[in-house]
Amino acid sequence: MTEVNDMHDADAAMKALTVGLQGEIFAIEAESVREILDVVPITEVPNARAFVGGLINVRGRVVPLADLRVMFGMDRPPPNTDTRIVVIEIELDGEPTILAVLADKVHDVTDIEAVSVEEAPKVGMRWRQEFVRGIGKRGDDFIIIPDMGRIFGENGGAGQALTSEERFD
Amino acid sequence: MTGPDPAAVFLQEARDLLETLEQALLDLEQSPHDRDLVDSAFRALHTIKGSGAMFGFDDVAAFVHEFETAFDRVRVGDVPPSPGLIAVALSAKDHVHRLIEEPDTHVPAGEPILVALRDIFDAAGWKTEQADAFAEMPAATASGPQGWRVVFRLPEDGLAHGTDPVLLLDELRQLGDCEISVRTDQVPSLDEIDPEVCYFVWDVTLTTDQSREAIEDVFMFIRDDMELSIEPVAEETPAAEENTAETEAVAEAGDAGVAQGAAPKKKAADGATEKSSSSMRVPAERLDELMDRVGELVIAQARLSQIATASNDLNLKAVAEELERLSSGLRDTTMGIRMVPIGTLFGRFRRLIFDLSRDLGKEIEFLTTGEETELDKTVIERLADPLVHIIRNAVDHGLEVPEQRKQVGKPAWGTVRLSAIHSGAEVAISIVDDGAGLDAERIRAKAVSAGLLAEDAHISDQELFQYIFHPGFSTAAEVTSLSGRGVGMDVVKRTMDALRGSIDVSSRPGEGTTVTLRLPLTLAIIDGMLVRVGGGRYSIPLSAVEECVELPSTAEVESKGRNFLNIRGSLVPFLRMRELFNVEAPKELHQKVVVVSAGEFRVGLVVDQIIGNSQTVIKSLSRFHADVETFSGATILGDGTVALILDVGHLVSFGQTFENRLRAENAGRAA
Repeated sequence: MTEVNDMHDADAAMKALTVGLQGEIFAIEAESVREILDVVPITEVPNARAFVGGLINVRGRVVPLADLRVMFGMDRPPPNTDTRIVVIEIELDGEPTILAVLADKVHDVTDIEAVSVEEAPKVGMRWRQEFVRGIGKRGDDFIIIPDMGRIFGENGGAGQALTSEERFD
Repeated sequence: MTGPDPAAVFLQEARDLLETLEQALLDLEQSPHDRDLVDSAFRALHTIKGSGAMFGFDDVAAFVHEFETAFDRVRVGDVPPSPGLIAVALSAKDHVHRLIEEPDTHVPAGEPILVALRDIFDAAGWKTEQADAFAEMPAATASGPQGWRVVFRLPEDGLAHGTDPVLLLDELRQLGDCEISVRTDQVPSLDEIDPEVCYFVWDVTLTTDQSREAIEDVFMFIRDDMELSIEPVAEETPAAEENTAETEAVAEAGDAGVAQGAAPKKKAADGATEKSSSSMRVPAERLDELMDRVGELVIAQARLSQIATASNDLNLKAVAEELERLSSGLRDTTMGIRMVPIGTLFGRFRRLIFDLSRDLGKEIEFLTTGEETELDKTVIERLADPLVHIIRNAVDHGLEVPEQRKQVGKPAWGTVRLSAIHSGAEVAISIVDDGAGLDAERIRAKAVSAGLLAEDAHISDQELFQYIFHPGFSTAAEVTSLSGRGVGMDVVKRTMDALRGSIDVSSRPGEGTTVTLRLPLTLAIIDGMLVRVGGGRYSIPLSAVEECVELPSTAEVESKGRNFLNIRGSLVPFLRMRELFNVEAPKELHQKVVVVSAGEFRVGLVVDQIIGNSQTVIKSLSRFHADVETFSGATILGDGTVALILDVGHLVSFGQTFENRLRAENAGRAA
């Protein structure tokens, strides 16, 4: 989870791909982005957690498709013409891992100045604090910088075992 | 120049040689008078020493030199290869192995081994002074000093491969007095010089009492590509007819060929035992890459076939069929390349048995059959650990001590049988011992006390024995000391799961235990049956499929209470995949049942549609789906979508928990 620490370099700007998820803007580190795809046929994995409920074919590779909206407790409307799939490569427990993330909309690539990034507030947020690395600002908008290492890491949401209710519902 | 790293080549070579050495030593224990075995052990030692020195593994070279010097007494027949000697030699071999793997450590550990070696030889009437004298001249053969003219030029890429001419010259100097001159006439003008090529030709006049072979040995690792002539300088020469040993650049396949090719020259008699093999060494990654490519080709071909089927173009159809034939041939060939006889693995266990037998004071006869059975290379590599655990348990806990065995009327020596056999698309590997067998009562008690099993549960011994693979189950002292296969059996289980294999255990009290590992032939591509459940398509490994029938409409209606079919008089329970997978899409009017065999019993899987057979390239699932055990992997279909591959064994147990849950719910509702 090396990318976690980069944030603390005081004046480094972060180049990020901004994507929309249910009206919120999220920033994904541009370096980790491999490609952006239109929606392709998604294979559901029965009884898998909703967060990583699908598989897609990315150039002959079977790649898990994650839905960050589940982690952030958002509504999950079906894909529309704006929906994109962002394929990212992140390091999890020292292993480079390729996975795809569903985005309601892909905005642009932007620089987020480190000085404008604040720590996730302890109150006023219904998301789990450890999943948010920081909140950046651009104009009047807030940009949420998710902590991919934690979200997908062993101790994050992806590593947690599910209760049987969740699994069978 | 991007050659392989010479040190890495040496390491690989040395590992092989050490393995050869170990096998030879173990064989020697069985047949101490076999000269070929002694020679083969000696050759391995000699080669390790030579190449070790060349690549800078000086500690290795120094130790092996001592080892070799001592072992030469066996070679010349002064000392018989006693079991004690073999044991020390094996530990010396282990030490060399450690030196090679971790060059910085372990150096001091070598001394006691050498002392032990010397002690054995001393006991055999060999004085230490002789040993020292011997150490001075390694491969001495008695003949008076003689003059030789050695002219050599390094191979073009010699420098790039790490050959140091200074070392070669030093080695020559060790053989005797040298007059060295260098010829520079082949050095091109400055602007044509390639700094990586050595243009010098050395002309050495050597006076030595060593044989011609000893001189050739100096060059043994680079001989094949270099120019070398060794001529006796003067008068009487018995070997005059083989005047020039100029070696052309021989296209030897792989680096292994170089080492092996040089060795047989030492003794003409050995030539008969060493087959000139045309095999070649390929890095495993390249094979994996080839397999990946073939996998992609198979997927692309499936796509083409799909298009061709939908089209009316006869030419296209013909080409698609041709391509299908070719790609399936290519698939089989590629998988064949990855197949390795399991004997390579079995050999390793002889050492294990040897050590266990000494440590535990049990006499063990170790029999292997089916060494020629072939399995995917990766499978074989991963099998090593589980087999070690099983064998160790069989010897440690299964076999009784000799006195005990005599009391119950068994021969004093225990027998451990390791066998491998093909059965269908599987390979079955059995480890059979004739020991005391598993104590079913004990295992049951333990399982109950660990809360794994209800006290009044009725399960077969077969199922009961599976508990020994439960993590932490066997660590308790009373089970290991009593009967139970102990530590590390969960490793076996985990590995077998990862390899999509299964384990059967059967045991009779007093008669012994049989552990059978069943493994799929390959991990890369399987034949699968594609089925549809709701909107999802799934592949069932064809090797598990027994038959397909239509779900009778009666079963459809009466589904609430019982889920089993009568297939030709036998009762077959079935699982509704739609329920297991929460499918809401409307169901097909005529549902189909795919009967699969899962371990001991047959189970029907109710699906919406059977699409057909297809070659299935297995792609593993990511860590995010490691918790979904019903699937062993995924594959990419002809139309580019991903289909999941069902893990039949896990699917059935998932179905059981699912039904248990339903039952519990019904009970709750009734109450």
